[in-house]
Amino acid sequence: MAAESKTKHYVNLFIRYFVLILVGLIMVYPLIWMVGATFKSNSEIFSSIGFIPKNPTLEGYQKAMENYGGTINVWKAMLNTFSYVIPKVIFTMISATVTAYGFGRFQFKGRGILFSILMATLFLPQVVLNVPQFILFTKLGWVDSPLYLPIIVPTLFATDTLFVFQLIQFLRNVPKELDEAAKIDGCNSVQTLVKVIVPMLSPAITSIALFQFMWSSNDFMGPLLYVNTPAKYPLAIFVKLSMDADAGFSWNRILALSLISILPSLIIFFLAQDKFVDGISAGGVKG
Amino acid sequence: MAKKSNAAVAAIPKKKKSFKDICRDNIGFFFVLPWLFGFLVFKLWPMASSLFYSFTDYNLFKGMNVIGTLQNYIDVFTTRKIVTALQVTFKYAFITVPLKLVFALFIAYILNFKIKGVNFFRTAYYIPSILGGSVAIAVLWKAVFRDDGLLNTVLGFFGIAGPSWLSDPDYALFVICLLRVWQFGSAMVIFLAALKGVPQDLYEAAAIDGAGKWRQFFSVTVPIITPVIFYNLVTQLCQAFQEFNGPYIITQGGPRNSTTLISLLIYNSAFKQYDMGMASAMAWVMFVILMIFTIIAFLSQKYWVFYSDEEG
Repeated sequence: MAAESKTKHYVNLFIRYFVLILVGLIMVYPLIWMVGATFKSNSEIFSSIGFIPKNPTLEGYQKAMENYGGTINVWKAMLNTFSYVIPKVIFTMISATVTAYGFGRFQFKGRGILFSILMATLFLPQVVLNVPQFILFTKLGWVDSPLYLPIIVPTLFATDTLFVFQLIQFLRNVPKELDEAAKIDGCNSVQTLVKVIVPMLSPAITSIALFQFMWSSNDFMGPLLYVNTPAKYPLAIFVKLSMDADAGFSWNRILALSLISILPSLIIFFLAQDKFVDGISAGGVKG
Repeated sequence: MAKKSNAAVAAIPKKKKSFKDICRDNIGFFFVLPWLFGFLVFKLWPMASSLFYSFTDYNLFKGMNVIGTLQNYIDVFTTRKIVTALQVTFKYAFITVPLKLVFALFIAYILNFKIKGVNFFRTAYYIPSILGGSVAIAVLWKAVFRDDGLLNTVLGFFGIAGPSWLSDPDYALFVICLLRVWQFGSAMVIFLAALKGVPQDLYEAAAIDGAGKWRQFFSVTVPIITPVIFYNLVTQLCQAFQEFNGPYIITQGGPRNSTTLISLLIYNSAFKQYDMGMASAMAWVMFVILMIFTIIAFLSQKYWVFYSDEEG
């Protein structure tokens, strides 16, 4: 009886690991294969299923460094990406924290209705907003502006409400006594925010900064609509156009470009993966 | 004495509040003011103007000649291409959302046993979600599903001649769906956090009652995490209806419009033909449909979602 249940236990354990490893392998193998393919020659890429190159070559990377249309290369494109991602991240951190503080800590006239609006905008699809926002930004003369205004400016006003929502959730677990203590010590509400709330929220703020970094660097629609000057192309557009131009023959170059384009995201992810897991768990499970 | 102070308290509201007092009482409003401004300018105003444009023939270059027409909406429901795109979008959402949720829950459930290397597996499953929306992954997908791509090479290894995944209308949508299902990691992480919160003694009680692992899963685990299932369902539904990058980059909506999701048509209509009226009408139809589904989901909550405070 005992032996039987022990066998059953091991069979269960085996099945679990088997499923986990099999599914994991299927999920991750394309990525591993991609890394290998960047070091292969074009004739080798699609001739074998292995990811280790038989005759390793840097040809893909050398060609990936080439200019595109004479005005932009991969490093310039990466710089362009960062030149709007970093302001977006900083502005989101500030505006989302200030908004979450206002909703999470104060009673004021119209709070109820404004909070409902905030929650409703969580479900507002960007697809519906794209067309009228484009018209708005065209009228403002912001489309193709050198400073990526249509991509950056909205983040000054906490337009990514998911982040506000996440911060409000975190803020609920920060004891209100801390605010009151600060008030007794003579802090006004702004000082309380800076000296008490921000330090307490810093793990959550870091988490939304990481998500914003990831999403903004991978965003394709924004730059597709609002960046038309080749010299200002970010990585997402640069990779897409390189693929269209090369379709079919220079796969090692395209895959090398693709890998370079996700490298910053991958590095950030591996450095801070617990933060991502915490952030996404906290957003989903109400505290 | 007490009477006097009561009178004093009662007297305060009668005194006309100065502007400064009003500001002090509503100080929170000033903190949400930037967000409110952003909402009005970047969301409410665009929504309202889009609704207006949808009843016009507004073209970015030709301007606006007809106002107050239903023609766009009539076209949405009578143009074959648009109706097909709506059907394809439904198909896409109804294939990807359940598959993604089932996969995410299943893997999270296995990971929740005392598995060695949980963090390693969690990372492996989560990476695709982090990168999945990027152009780079769409490019990779194209390399995997080409006629002589990775998948067909693998199939060939087993002696199977794989189909033309991307040029056969029967398979192309499947490839696009797979790209989304592949990104089940974020839903899985949310499920995993929820599963960790299920009290152990409930499992023990169920085991004493003779419930096997599967029985425990369906009668203990699932009911307790229904709020999280609901959250994932609604967010995934919203995302699925808006999918754009996959079909735009991998298949350009083809072959024979088999992967033309409604977001792709909206994009083409607005930014290739500059027909802003038509694009707005399509966007609103999509929005209303999505809203109906969301409302149905919210209303259905009382039949299957169990919130702990209701259980008492």
